[in-house]
Amino acid sequence: MSVFSKERYGFLARSEILGLLALAALIVVVVPLSLDIFRLNLVGKYLTYAFVAIGLVLCWGFGGILSLGQGIFFGLGGYCMAMFLKLEASSVENTKIQSTPGIPDFMDWNQLTSLPWFWQPFKSLPLTLIAVVAVPAVFAFVIGTAMFKRRVGGVYFAIITQAVAAILTILIIGQQGFTGGINGITDLRTLLGWDIRTDHAKYVLYFVNAALLMGVLVLGYFVRASKLGRILVAMRDKEDRVRFSGYSVASFKTFVFCLAAALAAVGGAMFTLQVGFMSPSFVGIVPSIEMVIYTAVGGRLSLIGAVYGTLLVNAAKTALSESFPQLWLLGLGGLFIAVVLAFPNGLAGIWGAWIAPWFARLTKSGSHGSAVANGSPAE
Amino acid sequence: MFEGYSLGDLASIFVMQGFAGLILFSVFVLMALGLAIIFGQMGVINMAHGEFMILGAYVTWMCSQIFQNYIPALFPIYFFVAMALAFVASGALGMLVEWALIRHLYKRPLDTLLATWGLSLILQQVYRSVFGPREVGVDLPSWMMGSLQLTDTIEVQINGLFVMSLTVVITVVVAFLMFRSGWGRQVRAVVQNRVMAGAVGIDTEKVDRLTFGIGCGIAGVAGSAFTMIGSTGPTAGQLYIVDTFLVVVFGGAQSLLGTILSAFTISQAQSTMEFFLSGSIAKVLTLLGVVGILMLRPQGLFVLKIRR
Repeated sequence: MSVFSKERYGFLARSEILGLLALAALIVVVVPLSLDIFRLNLVGKYLTYAFVAIGLVLCWGFGGILSLGQGIFFGLGGYCMAMFLKLEASSVENTKIQSTPGIPDFMDWNQLTSLPWFWQPFKSLPLTLIAVVAVPAVFAFVIGTAMFKRRVGGVYFAIITQAVAAILTILIIGQQGFTGGINGITDLRTLLGWDIRTDHAKYVLYFVNAALLMGVLVLGYFVRASKLGRILVAMRDKEDRVRFSGYSVASFKTFVFCLAAALAAVGGAMFTLQVGFMSPSFVGIVPSIEMVIYTAVGGRLSLIGAVYGTLLVNAAKTALSESFPQLWLLGLGGLFIAVVLAFPNGLAGIWGAWIAPWFARLTKSGSHGSAVANGSPAE
Repeated sequence: MFEGYSLGDLASIFVMQGFAGLILFSVFVLMALGLAIIFGQMGVINMAHGEFMILGAYVTWMCSQIFQNYIPALFPIYFFVAMALAFVASGALGMLVEWALIRHLYKRPLDTLLATWGLSLILQQVYRSVFGPREVGVDLPSWMMGSLQLTDTIEVQINGLFVMSLTVVITVVVAFLMFRSGWGRQVRAVVQNRVMAGAVGIDTEKVDRLTFGIGCGIAGVAGSAFTMIGSTGPTAGQLYIVDTFLVVVFGGAQSLLGTILSAFTISQAQSTMEFFLSGSIAKVLTLLGVVGILMLRPQGLFVLKIRR
C-alpha cells in the first residue's frame, strides 16, 4: 500500500491525512523546539495570515471568485478583538489621568467624552467572540449578495472588493476618535486579566493558533470533499451549466465568500492577540493583494499549500527585509510574476508534478496519486 | 452644511471647487483613457498603470532639470519636449512589458492583475533606487504660473487651464485614433472577434503590442501633466490606480465617452463635497456612491452593444 494511494478515510484521502500530520508536526513540534520565543511569535503571526490564505483557496481556487479585499475581513476580525482588549486595558484606574477616565486613550485625545454605541458590545468576551466571526461574515454577506445576485463576477468583483478595502481604510484612518486612526488600536495588555505580553502567554497563544489552523484546514478539506465543494469547482469551470442545472449560483458564491471572510477574521483576531495591536495597514489594498500572493505561491488549489506558501513568503520577506531592505520589493514583485507565468499552481503544483511522483517511485508502488492535482486554475 | 454662506458665496464656492474638480478630472481622464484602452479593449488588468504614469512624471522632471541647467533659453517650452519623451518612454516600456509578460496571459485576465501588481512593486523599487524616496517637483516656466482673476471671488490657475486644454487635445486625438484611423479599426476588430480578425489578415499580435504601448504612453503623458499640479514620488501611482479603475468600470469599460463622463462625475462630486466635509469623508462618500451604483448597474453607465 503506497502512502500516496487514493484510499479515503471519511472525507480525507490517505495522502491528505499524511500531509496534515506532517504540517502539524512541523508547526507544533519542530518550529517551537527550534526557534526562540521572538521568532516563534513571528511564525505565529505568519500563521494568522494562513487563515486568510486557506479562505482564499476555497473562494478563489475552488470557487473562482478572486477577492482583493480579504484584508477587510482580516482587519474587521482583528479590530473586534482589539476593541475588547482595549476596553479591558482602559479600565478606570488605568486611565485616571484622562479627562474622561474609562474610555480608550485615543478617544480621550480626540475629545470624546463617552464610549460610542458600537463599542458597547465589546465589553463582554462572549459577544466579542461572536462579533469576530459574525461582523465580517455579515459584511461579506451584504457585499456578496449585492454582487452575485446581479451576476457581477471575475474582474469586476475583484476591483469592487478592492474599492471597498480602500473605503474602509480611509474611513478607519479618518475617524480617529472612534478607531484610533492610522496608529490603530495599540497598547493592548490583558485578556480577562491574563497578561498577553509575557513569553508564557505567547507560547500558549501560538499553540492555540496552531490548533485553530489545523481545525480550519480540516474544515477546508471537509468543504472540498463535500457536495458543496464539487459545486464550487463546477461553478468555476462552467458557471452557466451549473445555473441551468437548477443550482442557485449566487447563493453558493455568497456562502463561500462569507466562509472565507469568517476564516480571515479568525486569523485577524489571533493576529491581534499575538502581536498586541491592530492597525489600518492590515486592512487596505496592499496587504489584501499580498494575501492573495501567499495563496498563489502555495498553490491556489491546495489548502495545505496555502499554509506553506504563507510561511515561505513571509519568511523570505523577513529575511530579505532584515538584510537587504532594497531587494525585498524586487523579490516580491519577481515572485508574483514568476508564480503567475511559470507556476500557476504554486508550490503544490511543483509538489504534485515532480516531488510526489518521485516519492511514489521511491516507495515502489506505481501509484501516481497526488493530493493536489485538481485540474487547471480558474481563468 | 450650507449655513453661513450667502448665495453669492455659494456660487463662487461651487465655481472654484468645480474648477479644482476639473483639474482632478483632467488627471482622471488622462489616466483612465490609457486604462480604458488597455482594460476596456484588451481585457488586461494593468495594476502597474500608475507606475507607467509615474515614469512619465519622472521623465518630465529629468527634462526640467536638463533644460534648466544646460539650455535655459528653451526652458519655457521644455514641457512639450518632456511630454513627447514621456509618451515615448512609457510607450516603449509598455511594449516591452507586453512582449515579455502580458502576451502570455491573455487567456487568464485575473492573472494579469497579479503579474502587473508584481511589476508595479518592481517599478516602485526601481524608482526609489534611481530617483530616491523623496518626492520631486518640477519648476514651471513663468508663463504657466499665476492665475486669472475672473471676478472678485473667482480665480483660476493658468497651469490648471493648461492641463485641461491638454486633456481635451489628447482625448480628441485618442478618439480620432480609435474611431477614424486604420489602427483603431484593427483594434476594434480584434476586440470583437480575435480569430476572425486574424483570419482577414490583421496581425493580432502586433495590434496587441501597439495597443498596450499606446495605452501606457498615454499614461506617461498623464504623468507629465500630473507634475504640474502635484509632486512625484515612487508610490504616487498607487494612490490613483484604484480610483482610475473605478472610473473606467463606472463608465462602462468599453466606452470612451462613458469613461470621460464618469471621470467628470466622480471628480466633481469629490471636489465639491471636499469643501463642505472633510477630505476623507468626501472620498468615502464618492467611492461608496460609485460602488453602490455599480451594484445596481454592474455593466457601468455606458455599454457597447456587442454580440458575444
